[in-house]
Amino acid sequence: MLRRTAYALLVLALAGAATACGRPAPDPEDAENARGPVKVWLSNNAQEVAWGKNMIAAWNRSHPGQHATAQQIPAGKTSEEAISASIIAGTSACLVFNTAPASVPTFEKQNGLVPLSDFPDGDAYVQKRGGALTEQYKSQDGKFYQLPWKSNPVMILYNKKIFKKAGLDPEHPRLATYSQFLKTSRTLVHSGAAKAAIWPAPSSEFFQSWYDFYPAFAAESSGEQLIQHGKPQFDSPAGRRAAAFWRTLYAEKLAPQEAYPGDAVNDGKAAMATVGPWAVSAYKDSVDIGVAPVPTAAGKSPKDTYSFSDEKSAAMFSACHNRATAWDLLKFATSAQQDGKFLDATGQMPMREDLTARYPAFFAKKPLYKVFARQAEHVVEVPNVPGSVDIWQAFRDEWTKSVVFGDGSTDAALRRASDKISRLLDEYGDPS
Amino acid sequence: MTHPGITATTGSHPPRKDAASRHGRARSRTGALFVTPYVLFLLVVFAVPLVYTLWISVHRFYFTAPGTHADSPWVGLSNYKDVFTDPVVGRAFLNIAVFLVINVPLTVVLALVLASVLNAKIRFRAFFRAAYYLPYITASVALVAVWQFLFGADGFVNNLLGSHAPDPSWLVNSHLAMPMIAFFVTWKQLGFFVMLYLAALQNVGKELYEAASVDGAGRVRQFLSVTVPGVRPATTLVVIYAIITGANLFSEPYLLTGGGGPDHASTSPVLLMYQKGIEQGHPDFAAALGVVLVCFVLVISLAARKLTEKGN
Repeated sequence: MLRRTAYALLVLALAGAATACGRPAPDPEDAENARGPVKVWLSNNAQEVAWGKNMIAAWNRSHPGQHATAQQIPAGKTSEEAISASIIAGTSACLVFNTAPASVPTFEKQNGLVPLSDFPDGDAYVQKRGGALTEQYKSQDGKFYQLPWKSNPVMILYNKKIFKKAGLDPEHPRLATYSQFLKTSRTLVHSGAAKAAIWPAPSSEFFQSWYDFYPAFAAESSGEQLIQHGKPQFDSPAGRRAAAFWRTLYAEKLAPQEAYPGDAVNDGKAAMATVGPWAVSAYKDSVDIGVAPVPTAAGKSPKDTYSFSDEKSAAMFSACHNRATAWDLLKFATSAQQDGKFLDATGQMPMREDLTARYPAFFAKKPLYKVFARQAEHVVEVPNVPGSVDIWQAFRDEWTKSVVFGDGSTDAALRRASDKISRLLDEYGDPS
Repeated sequence: MTHPGITATTGSHPPRKDAASRHGRARSRTGALFVTPYVLFLLVVFAVPLVYTLWISVHRFYFTAPGTHADSPWVGLSNYKDVFTDPVVGRAFLNIAVFLVINVPLTVVLALVLASVLNAKIRFRAFFRAAYYLPYITASVALVAVWQFLFGADGFVNNLLGSHAPDPSWLVNSHLAMPMIAFFVTWKQLGFFVMLYLAALQNVGKELYEAASVDGAGRVRQFLSVTVPGVRPATTLVVIYAIITGANLFSEPYLLTGGGGPDHASTSPVLLMYQKGIEQGHPDFAAALGVVLVCFVLVISLAARKLTEKGN
């Protein structure tokens, strides 16, 4: 009797463990036309959360029976990890307004995303809203799995007070060329005005290159992506110049080799940072901010200078049961009216063309953002290729070794990274 | 002679034996009932994942949304080949070797010496015992903050050392990062091992020390000739436990050196499993690495056991 009970308990436990591993996925055909309650996840940026709550409240007022709820993405080291875990568990929200394009190929592979192109007006809506910039967000099968939602074009933000303390002109900073940038950095550090001229995270996480190398490479190469036409582009004169520039910053201790545990700019430890417009409102009470384009070797006019977009998309996830409602909500949240409210609340740039003409009142009221809005028209995205995370990690490993810690030549490091990434592209391109 | 309270019964088995047998079976069933939850726990939490890990490690596998189809073709030892040819894996195992070479002997020596001192009648003994145990029960995250305050580039130690401070600094220096983690973990876990030795010291007979004293042995000779052999079983336990926990190092490099440090200078195999399996979406590689790590731990634990029990 007891033996039978023990066996029964064992079977029950194993069955329970097996079924607890995942929730059943909704049938795509039923879900596509289904309406009802939907869940939305937002980033943890305070202004963005405030906008999201207001947007959801506006939706709920006019859509009884299709109730939406919003919350921040569950905690994780990064949003991408939290989203990936939720895909595997079948617990992701219908819509996530913080999807990194570099992770989209991974989410696709996990069958976690709903192709927006499958909605009758899907492609038309995405392309109409985003204009010419939209094409780079298409996946390899030609479909959109993400709606390019907002960009935070990376620029050089500097602390005017620290510049003044170092005897530099805060209204006309000399930051356009590599030699000017280095000279200004030396003055900032050697004068004791700041511990670091600039302090990006020197750590090995794959995404850290988006805030040191990639903006510099985009600017120096006049808008090339890391990979184009299936080939790495950075083992080039432009890439080598950008890498050499950063190596000098680290070698001369103008940029520290150890990650700062807090916010170096906010704490007055660093005079500059490579950040997007989100930082304007974040620092408004603590730092007197100035903004400059990313430097290049010879210097370029701001309107010809490219940078990294630091874009985040909105995406629909396959755990969503009421996809017709989710699609309507996605269009509502990215409408011209809501984009205006989003811009006003957060200072981040909706992925639309000609922002300054579309929202003139905002830019007249807050001219500092106009610089970012212009930069938003000259940005490059991470390449939308399978194995994106592996590719960035391969690059970052070589970068930290040679550029941050000065081990070996940067040219050789770029060559090794390029070779490794070429092999990864071959592997991912040939799933057999 | 028959017990006055027991009536004799007829049958092929003597009544006393039959009763004892029934009693034994009943005890056995009760025991099984008590053991069942733990057996289930082991099966569900340990055995099933272990078998699943072995299965994943010989297939091309990635996690997908529930209810959706994904091919997981058999790839044989391909994932293991990737593991053995990846230079980062080699570096991670080298890092762990450095860690164990520092951590295990240091743990054994410090824990035994401190336990011997704390076993003696000294003033504030309870306070010192609690003080050594405190880091063990404190969350790693909190202790990492203390360590960073001390050994960060701008930290207390570097301010004392001035121009003699290492460059790059302690936690990002490819030669110093792993030893720093080893010292951190030794300090953090010392209290637990001191406690193990304190328990073992209670079983070392006082008469042995008295005999050694009569023979003219000093404190050091008594320690080497009585204490060390007397706690040998505990030493085996301490060494194996330190090896197992050391080989599974994760949170310290993750928190202390920002996820593996420069050029993977402090990447551990478990941290690499996390990065490959979770961050980079290669659970098959991570599973193969996990199996290799289990074998590694088994081999060195067995070797350490042989070594510590030698001459027993």
